[in-house]
Amino acid sequence: MEPLLKKEDIVKALQKEVLSMQRGGAATLNEQSVTGLGAIEDAFPGKEFPRAAVHEFISYDMGAAAATNGFMMGVAGKLMPASGVCVWVGAKRTVYPVALAQFGITPDRVIFIDPPRKKDVLWTIEEALKCDALQLVVGEIGELSFMESRRLQLAVERSSVTGFIHRRNPRTENTVACVSRWKITPAMSMADDGMPGLGMPRWHVQLQKVRNGKPGSWVLEWRNGMMCYVPKTIIALPEIHTRKTG
Amino acid sequence: MPRRFVVIWFRFLEADRVVRRRAELKEVPFAMALPQHGRMVVKSVNAVAYKHGVRAGMVVADCRAILPSLQVLDHDNDLVATTLLAMGEWCIRYTPVVAADPPDGLILDISGCAHLWGGEVPYLKEILSRLRAFGYHANAGMADTVGAAWAMAHFVPGDVIVATGQLTEALMPLPPDALRLPADVLSKLHKLGLYEIRSFMAMPRRALARRFGEILLMRLDQALGQAIEPICPIKPVVPHQVRKPCLDPVRTAAGLEHILRSMLEELCRRLANEDAGLRNCVLTCYRVDRDVQQVKIGTSRPSRDVPHLYKLFEQEICNIEPDLGIELFLLEATIVEALSPEQEALWSTKANTDKELSELIDRVAGKVGSDTIKRYLPDEHYWPERSVRIAGSLNEKPVTIWRKDIPRPVCLLPVPEVIDVTVPIPDYPPMLFRYKGELHQVVKADGPERIEQEWWIADGLQRDYYCVEDEQGSRFWLFRSGHYGSTEPKWFMHGFFA
Repeated sequence: MEPLLKKEDIVKALQKEVLSMQRGGAATLNEQSVTGLGAIEDAFPGKEFPRAAVHEFISYDMGAAAATNGFMMGVAGKLMPASGVCVWVGAKRTVYPVALAQFGITPDRVIFIDPPRKKDVLWTIEEALKCDALQLVVGEIGELSFMESRRLQLAVERSSVTGFIHRRNPRTENTVACVSRWKITPAMSMADDGMPGLGMPRWHVQLQKVRNGKPGSWVLEWRNGMMCYVPKTIIALPEIHTRKTG
Repeated sequence: MPRRFVVIWFRFLEADRVVRRRAELKEVPFAMALPQHGRMVVKSVNAVAYKHGVRAGMVVADCRAILPSLQVLDHDNDLVATTLLAMGEWCIRYTPVVAADPPDGLILDISGCAHLWGGEVPYLKEILSRLRAFGYHANAGMADTVGAAWAMAHFVPGDVIVATGQLTEALMPLPPDALRLPADVLSKLHKLGLYEIRSFMAMPRRALARRFGEILLMRLDQALGQAIEPICPIKPVVPHQVRKPCLDPVRTAAGLEHILRSMLEELCRRLANEDAGLRNCVLTCYRVDRDVQQVKIGTSRPSRDVPHLYKLFEQEICNIEPDLGIELFLLEATIVEALSPEQEALWSTKANTDKELSELIDRVAGKVGSDTIKRYLPDEHYWPERSVRIAGSLNEKPVTIWRKDIPRPVCLLPVPEVIDVTVPIPDYPPMLFRYKGELHQVVKADGPERIEQEWWIADGLQRDYYCVEDEQGSRFWLFRSGHYGSTEPKWFMHGFFA
């Protein structure tokens, strides 16, 4: 039995080595994994959220956009240390800074840049991704071509900043050079103990693509500053609306 | 080498300054006055009013009795001081040492300067004719000491040059007022019938000191050159400027970049010596065909980092058209602020991070405009639009904490949008609403949270906010503006929860 165990160890060590080579030496930064992402972490290579990479998020309506923003904030809160600085770029940005505090980000550590033109948005995102002093760059745009995404990826590989690209209402879901593609849609919330009213934010999280990992789909809830996995059994079904008047 | 001084006395400094700005007052008698103990007291007059007997220190009502056509303007003490300083700086072309003699005089140390203008007479004539051409009434005196020159300027009509070694003769016939003595000493001298300097000049020093104090002896000695009188020269602010004339006109981008880099290095070296950094910088290029090209940069905090500033200019440099060639470059820092030395910043580990960050921001501001970059701080208001304010600088810290205890949406519409609702009245959340043509069934709701308009800031109705969730799970922040009652209140969409 002993040689067999050793073989597994060797394979694991080799996998880790290959992974660090693929990331261009950035692996040393990622020693401690992002805690609080719960079940999602299994989907990633090496069971840790890929930093120093560009992630793509797609949303189609305002509800989904807000859910995506919430999810991004939740992850960002885990990625950023207390003194980290984040840049949020978008032409038609509607993010309300006060809400950031609920997701573990100090809102005054976020710099918002709203360039009026799409060309400038991309330029700003690229410049920000090149800046070592930042932890995270969030960009809100519509279309992103493969070449543009490749530029962002190259910028990130040099600076090891994490980038989130939130594509709102894109015309096509074209292939891009991002490390993952996420789709977040809101899920029916459930208040504790069957009380009336709204519960904690709850999302359908689809990880459609992830490099070297396993795509998956989960229902997650934001609770006590953590991303909690919601088992299928207690997911609220849409209620059949009964007419009370008329 | 004997020292020589010129004292220039501007008799009607303030009035002349006003006339330079408002030419229509040139022939009109006017006085500058200020309220004092409930009356308007004249502080200075112009030449026309002076001719009619209006003097400083009189009450405006009395002056009007003498001269009914007198115009009265407000006296501005700062204007006098700045004018005098500006005149002093202007006079630096005649001698490097110029001191202000408030309220209305200038002291010029002209030792070794006059021969450059061909002697003392043409020298003084040159200065005074230029000053008079500006419209100033200037009287001047030249002597070996400041005191004597002052006396000549103030108490001898015409421009007097006292030759070297003739101080005593020149001072003898003047009244004691010419010695710049305090009022109580002067009144004592007058009481004793000493109307001329010669009458007490030869008195025993000990007797003079006993009766009139040391001040009289000091002033007398200073006027006669037996005591040193220090003057405090005006130091003009040297503009933060670098000039680079070129022998051959520069036409290529490479040449331009090389020159710009060397100019920036020179400017930053000077800024480093002064512990300062620039906020705004202008590069002016003078072309061979007399065209002037200009590019500007600005930084979000003072900087004297050559590579960074160069990078900012690099974005702008493409706007310069060298055409036939540029023969003169002028780099000027228009706004300069204090920048603490890097040593201080070394203690904080984040120093380097901050620098990189502000450089990024400068680059972005240069490209897309600084008004697009915002950072928010909490503000103590419940009204959602006012609960954050834009921070003034990168280093500004929040004064209050960020609130986490009240539900606030992730996305907030800058302007609330009207929605159509079906709602049980008076005080319930909507059952369904239509937003942008799409119908949403409300399944769950929380609220209301009433937020009143702050009456001291703006008028308006209160808002009752509801958090609602539709059948898809999307969560919205709606509000009703006002009550159900005599009027039909409107419903608005204001935000989206995560």
